[in-house]
Amino acid sequence: MNTVVAILILIGAGFIFIGGLGAYRMPDMMLRMHATTKAGALGGGLVAIAVGLYFADPAYLVRTIAILVFVVLTAPVAAHAIARAGYFTGVPFWEKTLKDELREKLDTKGHHIYSGLESNGDVETRRED
Amino acid sequence: MASWVISIAFLLLIAALVLSFIRLVQGPSLPDRVIALELIALITTAFILVYAVAVDVPAFIDVALVLALTGFMAAIGFARFLERGGNPK
Repeated sequence: MNTVVAILILIGAGFIFIGGLGAYRMPDMMLRMHATTKAGALGGGLVAIAVGLYFADPAYLVRTIAILVFVVLTAPVAAHAIARAGYFTGVPFWEKTLKDELREKLDTKGHHIYSGLESNGDVETRRED
Repeated sequence: MASWVISIAFLLLIAALVLSFIRLVQGPSLPDRVIALELIALITTAFILVYAVAVDVPAFIDVALVLALTGFMAAIGFARFLERGGNPK
């Protein structure tokens, strides 16, 4: 059991280190978020599981599983909220970004995304301004 | 728990903490800093968990649980602030 705990702790710390490396080295906000959210959440979850197995007591195992579930549930939500806020406030992208389809269809003031089918007449209701 | 495992885990976590702190200081925009802050909260959570194993005190797990809960609120708060027209610098 101790071997499993050691391996899980080392892999989890390694993933968190990769997340930190990505936060430092990646060229723009979205890519940094891509590194930190996924690698960070996976590493934190692995460390939590390892600590729960190490103490081998249901009371602490439940707490570490709560940490795991909370990290895995909230990391994507927080990343989505920050990515959306950053996109609306016009954070610059990397100069090698090839395609940004959302920019053409987005009304950043009214927070509307147009589908491109509004001129057909049947979905005219969303265009207030 | 073998002490070298704990030492290597601490070293990796400290390196990640330093890298994300550099991003927090020099991040060109506020969303970059918020991402770095969120990562720092997660690294600190993992650090406390590893420390609980290192000193063999399971009560520290509660501290890590509370820290995992509060980091999310900070991120959501910053996102709301930005979308409602805060200064994105």
